[in-house]
Amino acid sequence: MQVTIRSLLTACLVSSALLGMGNEASAAAKSVQEQKAEEACVVDPRGEILSLSCASCHGTDGKSVGIIPSFYGKSPEYLEAALKDFRSGTRYSTVMIRHAKGYSDEEIRLIAQYFGTVWQNNK
Amino acid sequence: MSQNISRRDFNKLLVSGVAGSALGLFGMARPAFAAQNRIVVIGGGFGGASAAKYLKKLDPSMSVTLVEPKAIFYTCPFSNWVLGGMKTMEDIGQTYTILKNKYGVNVIADTATGIDTVKSTVTLKSGKVLNYDRLIVSPGIDFKWNAIEGYSESVSNSSMPHAYQAGPQTVRLQKQLLAMKDGGTVLMCPPGNPFRCPPGPYERASLIAHYLKEKKPKSKIIILDAKDKFSKQGLFKKGWERLYPGMIEWRSGATGGKITGVNASSMSVMTEFGTEKGDVINIIPPQQAGKIAFDAGLTDASGWCPINPITFESIIQPGIHVIGDAAIAGAMPKSGFAASSQGKVVAASIIRLCQGKVPAPPSLVNTCYSLLGPGYGVSVAGVYKLTSAGIVEIPGSGGLTPMDADDDHLNEEAMFARGWYNNIVQDIWG
Repeated sequence: MQVTIRSLLTACLVSSALLGMGNEASAAAKSVQEQKAEEACVVDPRGEILSLSCASCHGTDGKSVGIIPSFYGKSPEYLEAALKDFRSGTRYSTVMIRHAKGYSDEEIRLIAQYFGTVWQNNK
Repeated sequence: MSQNISRRDFNKLLVSGVAGSALGLFGMARPAFAAQNRIVVIGGGFGGASAAKYLKKLDPSMSVTLVEPKAIFYTCPFSNWVLGGMKTMEDIGQTYTILKNKYGVNVIADTATGIDTVKSTVTLKSGKVLNYDRLIVSPGIDFKWNAIEGYSESVSNSSMPHAYQAGPQTVRLQKQLLAMKDGGTVLMCPPGNPFRCPPGPYERASLIAHYLKEKKPKSKIIILDAKDKFSKQGLFKKGWERLYPGMIEWRSGATGGKITGVNASSMSVMTEFGTEKGDVINIIPPQQAGKIAFDAGLTDASGWCPINPITFESIIQPGIHVIGDAAIAGAMPKSGFAASSQGKVVAASIIRLCQGKVPAPPSLVNTCYSLLGPGYGVSVAGVYKLTSAGIVEIPGSGGLTPMDADDDHLNEEAMFARGWYNNIVQDIWG
């Protein structure tokens, strides 16, 4: 029974991971520049669903209207490092440490990729 | 298990959901590629307005209709700040102008009175009928008027407001506090679990105490609680001792806090231990899903709506998604933040379903700030994912403001509470 549940859960995650495969396969024949430009526009559904809640405190697409820091326009590399530093406690926070601990390295990478590129699509 | 789904149900859910959708069978009655992706959203609160906005933001080709009778939606979050004299009603009123004009949501100022699950239609009070391919129901809460003897809707509209749906009720309670004499007693009676905004009554007690301390310092607040413990209890009790020593008394259910009835003419409440009189009495009655959820057969015996935690689709009525306070969302509290997080997950999932694709596994978040005084804030955070036990909090994440947080930390959280409000209302209605 336990095994069945686990394999079904895996199926849920794997099948959603496979969603991006079509894009990746077709991108294989393209130049690195073309590939990068495309990556910026193709939204990974996993990254999207992990990221949308962040906007409740940080503003839509990370564009804050209040005292909470904005991260609109930041790069994926910056965001990934910041989230990891919050998670480890290297960077001081009140609440971010409690949030960041809820995400794996892979999930942090997906969130950073989403917010690090979503503003480019708004241009 | 709070989620009320057995392991077998979870298996079925994943098989019918994930495997089914991979075969293009998701939502069998609905074609994978509908001619028009007509989405109707009932309720323009934190859940419904978030879903409507994000459906259009993520895919402008969706046809989205939002049904909400109120032209101005007063948010429950920050309504306690109004009671504390720190915000006005105008500050907490949100409108639908930007959803309509900037995002292209078709906003209809009307009340949904019926859902026909066979014809896939919603009937409005005006008689108008809306067709949908998928329906999102975000009806919030209703009160169980028969639960406390003597406490009816008309009593709530006169002598003993609940102020647990912001608007005229908030104004009524505020007027009573303003009119109360110095040395008066405020009785507050929160319900048992589950209910909307678990820390809400205790933030309210704090901010009423803030007002009383400044204007009517001989007054006191007695909380007669149906429960034996409450959200952020340690943080609230510590803050009350520091900010309002001797002003707030909390009685647990086991020590006479549970009320059995009220008497509006004598301004008193009955507990198992006797009668208490108050100059201002705030009854927060037990709750259930909003009326339309009952009328549409979306509720179970608990009075709330069981859902498939991947897409928040009702497990009773296919094609109808239930979000916000009305939904049984596992470990998630009934909060505005949680409702908004669910609204976005539903928006992203529905777009995938309309494209004939598999929805991504849900990732949900909650953050609730509570203010104890103008420079004294605390929070609880949670990050949630789906497992075989339903929606659970990710171990090691989330949690409360530390008990030993210093004054700078508490002041920063009070500022972030304001920052949070500004951003979440902009993210939903702006």
